[in-house]
Amino acid sequence: MSVFEPRVVAFCCHFCAYSAADLAGSMRLEYAPNVRIVKLMCTGKVDALLLLKAFEDGADAVYVAGCEEGDCHFLEGNLRATKQVDRARKMLEEVGIEGDRLRMYPIGASDAPSFAAAANEMTEKARQLGPSPLKKEG
Amino acid sequence: MIVGERKPFNEIRAMLEGYKKVLILGCGTCVSVCMAGGQKEVSLLASQLRMDARLRKTEMVLGENTIQRQCDREYIEPIVEQAGNYDVVLSMACGAGVQLLAEMLTPLPVVPALNTTFLAVADREGTWLERCRGCGNCILADTGGICPVARCAKSLFNGPCGGSKEGKCEVSLDIPCAWQLIYDRLSDLGQLSQMEIIQPIRDWRPSDSGAPRSIVREDAIGVSGEKA
Repeated sequence: MSVFEPRVVAFCCHFCAYSAADLAGSMRLEYAPNVRIVKLMCTGKVDALLLLKAFEDGADAVYVAGCEEGDCHFLEGNLRATKQVDRARKMLEEVGIEGDRLRMYPIGASDAPSFAAAANEMTEKARQLGPSPLKKEG
Repeated sequence: MIVGERKPFNEIRAMLEGYKKVLILGCGTCVSVCMAGGQKEVSLLASQLRMDARLRKTEMVLGENTIQRQCDREYIEPIVEQAGNYDVVLSMACGAGVQLLAEMLTPLPVVPALNTTFLAVADREGTWLERCRGCGNCILADTGGICPVARCAKSLFNGPCGGSKEGKCEVSLDIPCAWQLIYDRLSDLGQLSQMEIIQPIRDWRPSDSGAPRSIVREDAIGVSGEKA
């Protein structure tokens, strides 16, 4: 029996979370290799459909990482993303997929340790929950 | 605009039970603006239904389309052929749109994905408030542009009633007393004397209390089958 390795998608904003991911690399911080980063100019670009599609396409967990509150380069993109994440969580739960597979993280540009922690936390969460119900064999 | 709200997912799923090919059809006018049944909502619902079908290991072919208006025959005509490839159409329009679609697509079943709620204004982002009941006999000129039919819980024509307290309705402290609003507006307009006019007993015949209403405009009807 093969060991389950979660597939985690992280939507990261250019100015904060992605910078933190970059810094994590420069700092040689170790974090779960399960995370696939999708860089966005701002998490304000995220909408519920994008998040649902990630699950449809095989993600076991998804997180959106934007700037900390008050620090968004586009003022409110991160707040907007938080609402979209909440909406998508409800929509996932409506069809019977655990809402905990999706969450929002505020991560400052210089906060590489938080980026690594978020990647590990979501990977661990996916391990706890097991493969996405959409991937389970019959 | 006409405001709608999407039905709970379980209710939609129950309506689609037994159908394999479903066309989700959005409406590009009122329900798009109130973010209930436009192109984006069609995509979201399709995504949910695809996931649900996979989880339940049922086969479901989903089509997505959005037309400008489902309450107008000329916008429905171009999709009649497409609809023929499906077992059912899930309409994301208001009740009027669903009905015209059902009429034009017979014998194909058409089911509603929304609950049509009321005629509203967009108060601010994400908030819609009822402002009109379509009663067919507008008295807004006498009431400072504030409708007592839609906004007074009792639809009083000579208000306020004894339940008005500090500008709020006794039904809920969240609801402003329509007649307080009317008084304040008339005061601002310098038309307080309007308050002394006793509105006569209402003729409700133009309202929605009887048979379905219709308007026929001879000047708008085409000649020899042509459009006017």
